[in-house]
Amino acid sequence: MTDFTITQTHNGLKKKEFSATELCEAYLDKIQKDNKNIFAFLALTEDLAREQAQKTDEVISRGGNISLLSGVPCAIKDNILIRDFICTAGSKILENYVSPYDATVIKKLKSQQAVILGKTNLDEFAMGASTENSAFGPTRNPYDLERVPGGSSGGSAAAVAANLACYSLGSDTGGSVRQPAAFCGVVGLKPSYGSVSRYGLVSFASSMDQIGPITKTVKDCRIVFDVIRGEDELDSTVVPTKINNEKLELKNLRIGIPREYFVKGVDPEVERIVREAIKKIESAGAKIKEISLPHSEYALSCYYIIVPSEASANLARYDGIKYGYSVVKDAENPGNGLLGIYLQSREKGFGDEVRRRIMLGTYALSAGYYEAYYLQAQKVRQLIKKDFDKAFSAVDVLLTPTTPTPAFKIGEKIEDPLSMYLSDIFTSAVNLAGLPAISIPVGKIGNLPVGLQIIGGPFEENKILSVGEILEQL
Amino acid sequence: MISEKDVNHIAGLARLGLTSSEVKKFQKDLSSILGYIEKLKKANVKTVRNIDQSPSLKNVMRDDVAVKQSEDVTNKIIGLMPDTKERFLKVKSIF
Repeated sequence: MTDFTITQTHNGLKKKEFSATELCEAYLDKIQKDNKNIFAFLALTEDLAREQAQKTDEVISRGGNISLLSGVPCAIKDNILIRDFICTAGSKILENYVSPYDATVIKKLKSQQAVILGKTNLDEFAMGASTENSAFGPTRNPYDLERVPGGSSGGSAAAVAANLACYSLGSDTGGSVRQPAAFCGVVGLKPSYGSVSRYGLVSFASSMDQIGPITKTVKDCRIVFDVIRGEDELDSTVVPTKINNEKLELKNLRIGIPREYFVKGVDPEVERIVREAIKKIESAGAKIKEISLPHSEYALSCYYIIVPSEASANLARYDGIKYGYSVVKDAENPGNGLLGIYLQSREKGFGDEVRRRIMLGTYALSAGYYEAYYLQAQKVRQLIKKDFDKAFSAVDVLLTPTTPTPAFKIGEKIEDPLSMYLSDIFTSAVNLAGLPAISIPVGKIGNLPVGLQIIGGPFEENKILSVGEILEQL
Repeated sequence: MISEKDVNHIAGLARLGLTSSEVKKFQKDLSSILGYIEKLKKANVKTVRNIDQSPSLKNVMRDDVAVKQSEDVTNKIIGLMPDTKERFLKVKSIF
């Protein structure tokens, strides 16, 4: 039963084929057995899981109605706060940080009696594309243990792919839900900027961060999204919108294929598989149109200026003074003066990639470089956004490969940060423009899954989910 | 290519301690990333007047009222501080 979708699990619970407690124990047993190979989970939250499962069982035994997520076991990326549990963000600097409160998405899941099994591994502060930047060791791809699961939500994607959780939550700043979903053969949604509250998400780049579901099917993705979305007075960026489940007519659907996403550097097998999926939906009645997003070539550069800039400001809070790792507590070397505490706490607490990005951002924002880098990037961001606006005046959704290649080997890119950054080449523009996008599995090269990305206009989650559901059926 | 001096300057601004071998490593990494990013300068941005995030998105504000937390929560937050005296956060003197 650990290979069930959310709907199958829900039906099993309702028909009393198994209890929520039995299901919870089955998942915990499987994690006990398989996590040592995959290392998807950093920590388990068994007490919370069992308590929520019991609540579900009580409702069922009383003959009451349960919600779709009630009793269904899930996993949470370890940069989302769960009250009274440690939240590391994959970093030594938060190794012992116990969350004093619940993130809004966790409050919403708990109110549905979701069974939260544990916290999943990630690149430190969600900075990375392979989960190798975790301070606690890399996660492995369930399809090939020698390969990365993608990142930064690698633990969340691997957990779902390996049936260690029925679904999970990740966060996506430049592809961190979609890219690992593609590498692990599961579905991953990055909602529109302003769809899901980030209250209780460890901040990385605040103009782009979004929390999104990772699931086995598009239908499951919609179920989780409908629960976690919606306004929250604790996050002023969330836009009030309504749940939209309107049915989409395939014959009225106009699909754009951006030519800049089918270029040199894309694995020919990835291109072939993605083009086959496009052909299938065309034969089923959708209209296909080639379009251009002319500023695509600048997206990654633009992203790698704005994101480190925002990160350098957000991560200034880890100063060795307020919370988190501090040399003050180091008996042998308690830091020399206030400046010494800052310098040494941050040196010892942060890993290489985090320090690299803080320095990059500090550089881009520093006097003399601000206009050439940060301001220029903000202007290019507007051009990228306009490209998408123009595209969506002619088509409903865009289809692209999620990544240029399938999962790469552990260690292959970790010594060369730039080659790692290039993994986000097809996903980062979506975050710059604040759009929703979903990755769905469309085939395999050998044993390795390939993902197709569906991009929609702002708050058009219903459209991309509907197209995903159609493609899943073809 | 940025110099070792630049790396030390940036690290100082960012309050990051670095060992001398790390300075060399980050000099190489940052130079290669900045080299890639250079291409951004070629983008023609003459038409861009406004760099507001998005005119269609507006912040949704709540009333600015402090919400009292339970003592349990307050104690947990104080418990996370690295150095305290009674219920105060202890900081090194700055003079």
